Amino acid sequence: MKFSNVLATAGEWLRGEGPHHQVVISSRVRLARNLRSRPFPGWAKKAERTSILELVRPRVEELPEMQDSFSESLQDLSALDRQVLVERHLISREHAAKGVGSAVVINRRQTLSIMINEEDHLRMQSIRSGLQLKQAFKLVDKIDSALESKLEFAYDPRLGYLTACPTNVGTGMRASAMLHLPGLVLSELINQVIQAVSKIGLAVRGLYGEGTEAMGNLFQISNQTTLGEREDDIINRLSKVIETIIEKEHDARQVLLQKKPNTLSDQIGRAYGVLTYAHAMASKEALNLLSIIKLGVDLGAFPEERRFSIDELFIETQPAHLQKTSQQKLNAEERDHLRAQIIRERLKLFPRPDISKLAREPGNGSANGPSNNE
Amino acid sequence: MLCDVCKCNDATVFLTQILEGKMQKVNLCDACSKEKGVQDPTGFALADLLLGIGAAEEIEKGACYVTFAEGLNVLLKAMHKGTEHVGKLPERAHRVMQLNHRMRALTENLQKAVAEENYETAASLRDQIKQLQGDLPNSS
Repeated sequence: MKFSNVLATAGEWLRGEGPHHQVVISSRVRLARNLRSRPFPGWAKKAERTSILELVRPRVEELPEMQDSFSESLQDLSALDRQVLVERHLISREHAAKGVGSAVVINRRQTLSIMINEEDHLRMQSIRSGLQLKQAFKLVDKIDSALESKLEFAYDPRLGYLTACPTNVGTGMRASAMLHLPGLVLSELINQVIQAVSKIGLAVRGLYGEGTEAMGNLFQISNQTTLGEREDDIINRLSKVIETIIEKEHDARQVLLQKKPNTLSDQIGRAYGVLTYAHAMASKEALNLLSIIKLGVDLGAFPEERRFSIDELFIETQPAHLQKTSQQKLNAEERDHLRAQIIRERLKLFPRPDISKLAREPGNGSANGPSNNE
Repeated sequence: MLCDVCKCNDATVFLTQILEGKMQKVNLCDACSKEKGVQDPTGFALADLLLGIGAAEEIEKGACYVTFAEGLNVLLKAMHKGTEHVGKLPERAHRVMQLNHRMRALTENLQKAVAEENYETAASLRDQIKQLQGDLPNSS
């Protein structure tokens, strides 16, 4: 498969409507594995990394799940193409910085991506729409077992799977979910939630993982520990916490509808107004405003069938995607202009927010909004 | 300040690192730092400095979890739920480990049998070892 094919189709996780998709954008599980008796990528010299890559890559490509896959060495991908893959969460920012001796293999549906010679020899990740951590784990676990029958992994009976960084040793597993929490942010409850989650050994991060800022009311929640706990237990624990956060988010939205309907209508109206008429829009501002429109769809102020076009904009308005669409290198100012143009065109098809739908909500007195169908 | 290694030249290279929550400082003179490879980032073997020559080779073979086991345990305790893996077992690696374990036991028994001049048992053990060698992958 060519890069243009990857670009042309959105990942299944974006299109799919997994469970709790209003709050949970996607679920991801990654496993870190290394070959026995070989230096970790960070220590290995170029020749060693290349020899590891030559050993691992064919084994990955021949997996039945990787039929018609996109497989490319990092040095053969342009900086822009790498950034596109980062924006789709198919490779990490760290992997994008790699060159000779590193590669990535992505399946056709973009639900499975295997990075070779990232921080570990193998970083395998599965990504699903909505809250589907168990299903994501099942897929990546199957891939791991299949590869394990052909490659010998570094494993210690006491410490489990050995990884370049001791924070991943044991299961080598990091499970995470991307949550959209505008209700908790608007009601200023988000810090409480973040603190509570951190206390129980889970990590909360921004849009692109470790060390990144939270934008568009998007938060990543993942397990912090990998040793001393079984994979299933980690995933169950994480899923339960996420289910609680989903509940809190829905509660916060209901409280906002009942107590601050004007604030909510104002936010949605302003977001709609700015996105419809602006001619320059920075990436961060776009994400924050699109988040409010998404909330508007959730609450019934916009028709449900418009949901996908908003979800798409979250990805399409990212810097690398913009430049890829316009097929030229753009400076920040040009990007902001193009971003505003794309959003304006998309929102032309959007009816004006129907605030009466919002106002009717608290009158029903029910805890479930019309679109809370889970 | 004098070099920690040769103790005669002035130290010009200062290395600070945190180990087990304690700060350690090493001061080196120009010649000694070159000798230890501190000035060449790719050849810089921290392990050599800390543990003597040989540690770098261990890392090369991917044995750093063994080499640094002592310091690592403290770290792992602080960062994880436990210090022992309870999750997935790689089937093949597990099987290899079991085979290795059996091989060790057989070899020991063989030595014992030979020492006791119990040649019949020894012959049988030798055959078993031969068979087991066929099962073991060559990579080990």
